[in-house]
Amino acid sequence: MLQIKDLQARVEDKEILKGINLEIKPGEVHAIMGPNGSGKSTLASVLAGHPGFEVTGGQVLFEGQDLLDLKPEERAREGLFLAFQYPVEIPGVSNMTFLKTALEEIRAHNGLPAFSAKEFMKLLREKQDLVEFNTSLVNRSVNEGFSGGEKKRNEILQLAMLNPKLAILDETDSGLDIDALRIVAGGVNKLRSSENAFLVITHYQRLLDYIVPDVVHILSGGKIIKSGPKELALELEEKGYDWLREVETTE
Amino acid sequence: MSKDDNLLESLADNEYEYGFTTDIEMDVAPKGLNEDTVRFISAKKNEPEWLLEWRLKAFRYFLQMKMPQWQNFEMPEFDFQDISYYAAPKKKTLKSLDEVDPELLDTFNKLGIPLDEQKLLSGVAVDAVFDSVSVATTFREKLAEQGVIFCSFGEAVKEHPDLVKKYLGTVVPPGDNIFAALNAAVFSDGSFAYIPKGVRCPMELSTYFRINAKNTGQFERTLLVADEGSYVSYLEGCTAPMRDENQLHAAVVELVAMDNAEIKYSTVQNWYPGDKDGKGGVYNFVTKRGICKGNGAKISWTQVETGSSITWKYPSVILKGDNSVGEFYSVALTRNKQIADTGTKMIHLGKNTKSRIISKGISAGNSQNSYRGQVSIHGNSSGSRNFTQCDSLLIGDRCGAHTFPYIENRNSSSVVEHEATTSKIAEDQIFYLNQRGIDTEKAVALIVNGYASEVLNKLPMEFASEARKLLAISLDGSVG
Ligand SMILES: Nc1ncnc2c1ncn2[C@@H]1O[C@H](COP(=O)(O)OP(=O)(O)OP(=O)(O)O)[C@@H](O)[C@H]1O
Ligand SMILES: [Mg+2]
Repeated sequence: MLQIKDLQARVEDKEILKGINLEIKPGEVHAIMGPNGSGKSTLASVLAGHPGFEVTGGQVLFEGQDLLDLKPEERAREGLFLAFQYPVEIPGVSNMTFLKTALEEIRAHNGLPAFSAKEFMKLLREKQDLVEFNTSLVNRSVNEGFSGGEKKRNEILQLAMLNPKLAILDETDSGLDIDALRIVAGGVNKLRSSENAFLVITHYQRLLDYIVPDVVHILSGGKIIKSGPKELALELEEKGYDWLREVETTE
Repeated sequence: MSKDDNLLESLADNEYEYGFTTDIEMDVAPKGLNEDTVRFISAKKNEPEWLLEWRLKAFRYFLQMKMPQWQNFEMPEFDFQDISYYAAPKKKTLKSLDEVDPELLDTFNKLGIPLDEQKLLSGVAVDAVFDSVSVATTFREKLAEQGVIFCSFGEAVKEHPDLVKKYLGTVVPPGDNIFAALNAAVFSDGSFAYIPKGVRCPMELSTYFRINAKNTGQFERTLLVADEGSYVSYLEGCTAPMRDENQLHAAVVELVAMDNAEIKYSTVQNWYPGDKDGKGGVYNFVTKRGICKGNGAKISWTQVETGSSITWKYPSVILKGDNSVGEFYSVALTRNKQIADTGTKMIHLGKNTKSRIISKGISAGNSQNSYRGQVSIHGNSSGSRNFTQCDSLLIGDRCGAHTFPYIENRNSSSVVEHEATTSKIAEDQIFYLNQRGIDTEKAVALIVNGYASEVLNKLPMEFASEARKLLAISLDGSVG
């Protein structure tokens, strides 16, 4: 589904991604861990097409297409979704209008007719239940005045509504209380299928107890320095990143 | 949504939807302005002597008055002699709609204002003004059942001279400013409404103004009187053909609200804004004022201003009655080389009076958008309050947003609050929407609509969605 080859990117004059290689197949869940500032969110932003980052080398294929050639909205319509680490507020635009607009853009791209108000509401209610999302938040402006945890849950509601092929979750677990974490993870698990894939960025092994990854990657200094099975996350939690830095220098 | 899509697409190369002209035989006065012009118009309308005298007096004021100097733009040179002050379709319109020239009906159809009562939005009565005259007023009989008078100004002068005489010029006197004086001298038509005591007007009243003729100005007058305990919601819309020369629109609106009466006045202003380079467009110099004459009266102005090459208007409220309330909700969007200098005046005279001002300016392209607001609380106005919130949104970095608040509080028990913000659309907001499949053009429209929603929500339901679309369309091509 996604093939990243030697991807390099910078912001202003600063090199941040220094050659990322990664392949994700349908049905897989990959986790990315790594110290603060190592480039995890940058990787997510570059994949989503944030104009603030400049790709300086490498290639990304998404479902066989050159992803880097597409505009951000085209990537989204093709089925790439990013749950943001810091979701922005859009005052005055109701969450409902926003969801409907986004959904219709994506449906139209896929040659599907627009939903009637009734069909849309039915889908919304279904997905709201899936992620146990408070109805009053649906009627409020997008993320405006939402608590940190509510914003994260709103990202997952959007994920559930838009049903992408590849979802990148950037620290969706941070800021969630224990119950919310279980609900969000449960929602993601229900959305998993053999046709979609997830790239989960997190600092905590805890999330990976719920959303069990096929592969764990450690990103450090703009490179993936180690990949391994889910146990790698456990080991990392035990030994910290210093252990890996040693590994890196001895290898 | 897909409907909006088409709308956006179809307008991509035809930026102003209402720019067409109607080909119809017109009765046009020769260009020029002098006492004879005034007499000519008055005679055309078979006016009584008192009104002609009133006009002539106003014309003498006009001759003595100077252009205002305080606005935040360079006043264009007006050649008042180069304008025709009267243009009316030749076929006389008679009692029923069947007799309205089909060409005119067609014009209003194209503007989305069918004058056929069957096809009209139910619950909205329309007075359609074409250049200098009203061509049709719908639902008059139905309104008359409740004693509501809704007709063209010309008819009001004939059929309700006492009411007109009693209130005309009492809120905006002819000497108020040069444009008000000009209007008083040469106004040709407009709308009149009277809501009797205790009546809640059963429909929205609205006037649709259309400028069509070349080299003419439009000078209409609206007078609304809401008697004790009555309620009326009134809406005006306006468009004009695309023309290379500038056309002057100098209107006057007067509102009178008696004890416990409420008037809600909404405007969706979409005069031709001129082209990308600022060529052509309507000069919109308008004086609108209401008086809360009685205790507990309320006047609320809501305006969505997207058209005109220059907008100069300050819908105001005189809060004379105790416990009266004045409101001003405004969205002004400017792009290309448009100029808007708009705001309000809230004059607190009575005790415990309240006013609320919410102004949302949106500037794009090379446009200049100014909010100018005056809040004055007089010495006897105790326990009064004003709240002003004045926000500016900038799209791109070649446009300007300015605020000019004038605050004067002469009563220590009264409070005036003013808040102002200036913001830009954050790149991260656009990216967030892009990431959900929404392109930048639409993302900006969504963000702008959200920004203006507090004001748009004040519009009557039927028109709020129109206004939202208009904002989206007006922004088309302003981004990137
Ligand atoms: N717009 C920017 N301008 C300058 N530097 C930036 C910008 N965006 C990111 N960086 C820098 O790039 C580096 C990688 O940032 P990134 O947000 O990708 O880290 P991260 O791995 O997601 O960290 P965290 O775990 O704290 O979320 C950091 O040093 C950061 O300061
Ligand atoms: Mg991060």
